[in-house]
Amino acid sequence: MDKLHLDQHISHQFNKELEDIRNKVLTMGGLVEQQVTNGLTALLEADNDLATEVVQRDVEVNKLEVEIDEHCTQVLARRQPAASDLRLIVTVIKVITDLERIGDEAEKLGRFSRDLIELKDDLPSYRKELRHLGELVKSMLRDSLDAFARLDVDAALAIAQRDEDVNREYETLERLLSTHLVEDPRQVSKLFKITWCARALERVGDHSVNICEYVVYLVKGRDIRHISFDQIRSEFIK
Amino acid sequence: MNTTVADDILHIPRKQTLTVPDTAQEAFDKLTHTVGTPTVADPKMQTSDVNVFYGEKQAIFDVNLDIGHKEVIAMIGPSGCGKSTFLRCLNRMNDTIPTCRVTGNMSLDGEDLYGADLDPVLLRARVGMVFQKPNPFAKSIYDNVAYGPRIHGLSSNRAELDDIVVDSLKKAGLYDEVKDRLDAPGTSLSGGQQQRLCIARSIAVSPEVILMDEPCSALDPIATARIEELIDELRQNYAIAIVTHSMQQAARVSQRTAYFHLGKLVEVNSTNAVFTNPQHELTENYITGRFG
Repeated sequence: MDKLHLDQHISHQFNKELEDIRNKVLTMGGLVEQQVTNGLTALLEADNDLATEVVQRDVEVNKLEVEIDEHCTQVLARRQPAASDLRLIVTVIKVITDLERIGDEAEKLGRFSRDLIELKDDLPSYRKELRHLGELVKSMLRDSLDAFARLDVDAALAIAQRDEDVNREYETLERLLSTHLVEDPRQVSKLFKITWCARALERVGDHSVNICEYVVYLVKGRDIRHISFDQIRSEFIK
Repeated sequence: MNTTVADDILHIPRKQTLTVPDTAQEAFDKLTHTVGTPTVADPKMQTSDVNVFYGEKQAIFDVNLDIGHKEVIAMIGPSGCGKSTFLRCLNRMNDTIPTCRVTGNMSLDGEDLYGADLDPVLLRARVGMVFQKPNPFAKSIYDNVAYGPRIHGLSSNRAELDDIVVDSLKKAGLYDEVKDRLDAPGTSLSGGQQQRLCIARSIAVSPEVILMDEPCSALDPIATARIEELIDELRQNYAIAIVTHSMQQAARVSQRTAYFHLGKLVEVNSTNAVFTNPQHELTENYITGRFG
């Protein structure tokens, strides 16, 4: 595996700065993962307290984003990093933007859960689908953070492909909700909330794909954004 | 972990890695060929299999490198890596060192630099050089610039010489600052102005290539920025090879970058590629400030 050798700069201080940034990203990743897990649990188990906690803890995610951003700016200004160091900083700046947005999606799950609890909805017909979708994106997020931590390009490419499953699952759920809406328009408010929850989960999958793409850039220096996996295969395999 | 699958899919060559621990000799022996693209489609100067010796000691090993038309190529590497030695071969400055011996092929527009019928003095008019420390002659600003055109007989009268001097000072971005005191000694100028005077002096003989050996290392950031701006303008008309210890400078001014290590040319690529995704581990280590 290609390693970044963050500990091999002549400047020990630079080693420490980069290592600190990397560790903070992993801390932020852990927090965001926890937020998604709690948001999903709050939704599925109609847990009002947990939903409130998720909504409140979003500020911690935002704070970490600002803090890491600031560190990256300082390193850019003071160290003028190049090559893998530069790619690390660029990647981190992008990864934390996606993590912050995943945090926002988790916060939405918390908010909509509370709304649904108020509407006294127990999601009988959607719990199974939402749980399934939630588990899919949770594992994508966890594995993409793992790929970032391990600089594992193979894993990143494999995880990115799993987004198709997520999209399929989301579309199925959307169809189900549309049908239900036509059958019983009085439920519109509730059904919309559920749709938004599903949408939030689906977006977590998209952001996880972005993180995987950044991992490929970080390790290989190749930008694979906006290229489908089939294209990657046909363009790069000679 | 194995990255073969990704490497295949992305078609990315594996980085050349040196297994640790290597002795310096082992590391040196493993540098068998240059990574990247040493040749260009439109070369101004071409070099191949260049070896340089100072007495018994070999300073350059089998270097192949083109310098393209209207491009700035930066040569970087740790002290003693041979980059200045190589640069000095390009206009036969090493001829002045009795123990120095150069083998291999070097040519300017296809003409052999070390051919028997080539006059090194005329060569140095075609391939000019700017040194690390500004070294104006102890003459007036005017005479500094007029010196080359005079000895090469590039003007037939005073008016023509005036034109050359003014034009060269303008191209070097110095004219507006000195136009009222062309008779003042060149040494009365500030460091940055002196360096631009030296650049004007090399331009005055209408060279085709300009070699620069750390032209900004004795200058402050503002003077450096002016010289870098000037290099970018000069690129429209000349091929420029610059040796620099400042990686940021190489990144700022050049289109291609060549990394030298222990007398070998390790990697040549577009500057963008070298500074974002170098292909050789030694290049990566050098430009990121890691132990090499």
